[in-house]
Amino acid sequence: MPDGLAISKLTKHYGNLVAVRSVSLQIARGKVLALLGPSGSGKTTILRLIAGFEQPDTGTISVREREVTGMGPAQRRIGMVFQNYALFPHLNVFENVSFGLDADMTRKERASRVAEVLELVDLPGFETRAVTELSGGQQQRVAVARAVAPKPDILLFDEPLSNLDPALRERTRRELRRSIDQIDVTTVFVTHEQEEAFALGDEIAVLRNGSLEQVATPSDLYEKPASVFVASFVGRASRLEGRVVSSERVAVGDAEWPFTSPARLVSGDQVLIAVRPEALRVTDGDGLSGTVEDVRYTGARAFFEVATPAGVVELEASIHTVKVGDRVRLSAVSSHAFPVNAE
Amino acid sequence: MTGRPIGLGLTALLVWLVVYPIAIVFVESVGGPGRWTLEYLRGFVTQSHEWRALWSSIWISLASVVLAGCIGIPLGFFFERVDFRGKRILGALIALPVVLPPLVGVLAFLFLFGESGFVARAVQAVLGLSNSPWRLQGAPAILLVHAYSMYVYFYLFTRAGLAKVDASMIEAAQSLGCTGFQVIRRVTLPLLRPQIAAAALLTFMTSLGSFSAPYVFGGGFRVMTTQIVTSKLNGDTGAAMAETVALASIAFVGLLLLQRFGGRRSVAAVGKGTTVAAASLRPATSWMIGAIGWLCAVVLLLPHLTLLLVSLVPFGTWTTQLVPPEYTLGNYAQLVQEPERLRPLANSLLMAGAAALGAVGVALWAGRAIVQRRARLGRAIENLLNVPWAVPGTVLAIALSTAFSANAPHVLRFVLVGTVFLLPLAYLIRNIPITSGPIVAGFRQLDPSLEEAATSLGASRLRVMRRITMPLLRPALLAGGALAYATAVGDFVTSIVLYTFDTRPISIEILSALRDFDVGVAAAYGVILMLVSAAAMAIGTSR
Repeated sequence: MPDGLAISKLTKHYGNLVAVRSVSLQIARGKVLALLGPSGSGKTTILRLIAGFEQPDTGTISVREREVTGMGPAQRRIGMVFQNYALFPHLNVFENVSFGLDADMTRKERASRVAEVLELVDLPGFETRAVTELSGGQQQRVAVARAVAPKPDILLFDEPLSNLDPALRERTRRELRRSIDQIDVTTVFVTHEQEEAFALGDEIAVLRNGSLEQVATPSDLYEKPASVFVASFVGRASRLEGRVVSSERVAVGDAEWPFTSPARLVSGDQVLIAVRPEALRVTDGDGLSGTVEDVRYTGARAFFEVATPAGVVELEASIHTVKVGDRVRLSAVSSHAFPVNAE
Repeated sequence: MTGRPIGLGLTALLVWLVVYPIAIVFVESVGGPGRWTLEYLRGFVTQSHEWRALWSSIWISLASVVLAGCIGIPLGFFFERVDFRGKRILGALIALPVVLPPLVGVLAFLFLFGESGFVARAVQAVLGLSNSPWRLQGAPAILLVHAYSMYVYFYLFTRAGLAKVDASMIEAAQSLGCTGFQVIRRVTLPLLRPQIAAAALLTFMTSLGSFSAPYVFGGGFRVMTTQIVTSKLNGDTGAAMAETVALASIAFVGLLLLQRFGGRRSVAAVGKGTTVAAASLRPATSWMIGAIGWLCAVVLLLPHLTLLLVSLVPFGTWTTQLVPPEYTLGNYAQLVQEPERLRPLANSLLMAGAAALGAVGVALWAGRAIVQRRARLGRAIENLLNVPWAVPGTVLAIALSTAFSANAPHVLRFVLVGTVFLLPLAYLIRNIPITSGPIVAGFRQLDPSLEEAATSLGASRLRVMRRITMPLLRPALLAGGALAYATAVGDFVTSIVLYTFDTRPISIEILSALRDFDVGVAAAYGVILMLVSAAAMAIGTSR
């Protein structure tokens, strides 16, 4: 069992709805785990189960090898940063940050701990400010300071960047990662944005309908997706039907592409193919034939929609490669194949 | 924190407090266990005076709605749509009657417009009449008092509604060719429908339950509330119960009908817009309009100024003169110095305090239960909280005096009649809707993540309540508590049925002072009630 957080076979129902279905996860101490999934995938419920706001129907949660299942939130030594920050509007920055500090601490100790964490989040001297006067980014940093002040064993974030405007997000993301590294605390955060998960998480757990689809590092998740859902949820991917023709190649329409798969596949297996737009090339030789139907420019590169007999695929290429109406053939440098019944 | 036990306990308590006593009256009006009889109900339906009283209650209530609307709606338009000097303070002043106890208003009217009031004396003097030119009595007197005290509902609701009307809707109507009055008729008024319906409902229910005005000014003209109290005081419990059943039924039917035809379809504005700016007037016009506004305010506040004046008149000094010849603070001194006079003051202040605290406690409990995640009983609790509002005070008083006059602990009935507990309990029950309104709303606005944040930072439940929940709910608690206090301290309608010698409140003492023609003392009590209510409201609305 790792020294950070261990979740074992966690299940939670709301009436007939299964919000979390037998999820097990382990995080090493000091690492950052992102819970990534679409809305309704159960990621927030898992976070609330870890925090102790909800109790699981079955399963256990251990923090630093101490089982906390059944304990109230107050006993768990967990710091949480809420999506809307949940700063107490009637208390100032100092009162907010010192709220969770040990009652035995002297006034001087409290002041010094508050100053220390405010320094950490780059808000030194903000003690007497009203939290309602702060900008969104500053409020978030106060929320982080408040959560880490009592030196929690685990730090939880619920959609940490969703309340910030896009321009502020990237900067805040970097600062947040820096703060987390400095604090050196096991961290779990929930997000529905892949970019956020990739930038902040050491590992990412992808959830769908309450079940865990895959836990992996960002690069593994992208390059070795465990399911067609992961392949298309993490990054962009077109889904096509195909048939395995050899241990390395799969037939898609009138073309054959190389593939990798998490499953053991044999020739003749019907499969679902996920292919990323950047893995496709326009070729003069053999390839999947189709017609360019639409184009979306993103700068020097563009995404082209190509209608093929196997389905519509998305191709990423420089803007002058093809134009709408062109007949093209597409080869792939890589693709991911999954057994049809797995979907 | 599981949702059901807290919700279940509260639901049971509310059912016991607000539904059970009324159910007992319904059951006992047909005799009760072992002795079923239709005697009382037959007695009711075969008496023509009972039908007359029932019909009077209904038409007086409908007429009060129309009259109050005729004053309140234009006043609301005027104050919301026209800018003039002194608008803010005047706007607040003319809403004042709503926070004053009904009995105080009645008393003030009596001294101003009554047959020996200032106006009658003035007319008598000017015309050289030997007798008072009129008697303030019967339906017209009741309607006058109702219109005067209930226009505020229409005024406040109209203003609130107008403040929300999107300017672009008015502009759209104008661009489509509507002129000023057409815009009001075809756009503004339809948009205000929910607010006007709510004000109408409130006025109807208030007037159906109104007791002070019919009791003091009714004379031979009976409505259901006075009829019930008379039967009760005459010892005719059967008739009182049958009448109570009739009034309660009318109240519920009225509530259902008005909800169905009025408030159901709320008209939501589409898109976000700006509110309509008040028309700015030229300085001269602004002064003139301001002067008219002030005149209106003085007229509306005149009864209360009269009360203040009369409270300074020593006993027996004001006989036939146009204005009282002598003014002292003697009446107030009496209230404080004479234990017999002080007792009702202390009673009212204490009982109102206890009732307000109790109601705040129930409201806190309810708010917590209603906002709790997935609380299945939330809807039921909210409906129960509103029941006392639909129950006329007289009905509640009869219900409580019936339910708590028997000792049967196994069916949760205890003898409270004759004890000091019944009257504060009645105040508490009547206060439940008015107190829970702001407090439940406060809970709804409370972000649940704030309490969760506090808990995750290690705070105990008590500390979360003390440091986070209570401070954030403070405005709602103050508002709810103050409204409850102001209502309870001036209560007359339940008091007259339920008081004992030990618990006699100010309102009952006002009545007995009036019977002794001690108008100065009655007015002094009235002024104190006015001040206490106003102070409570000032505290309640402070931020």
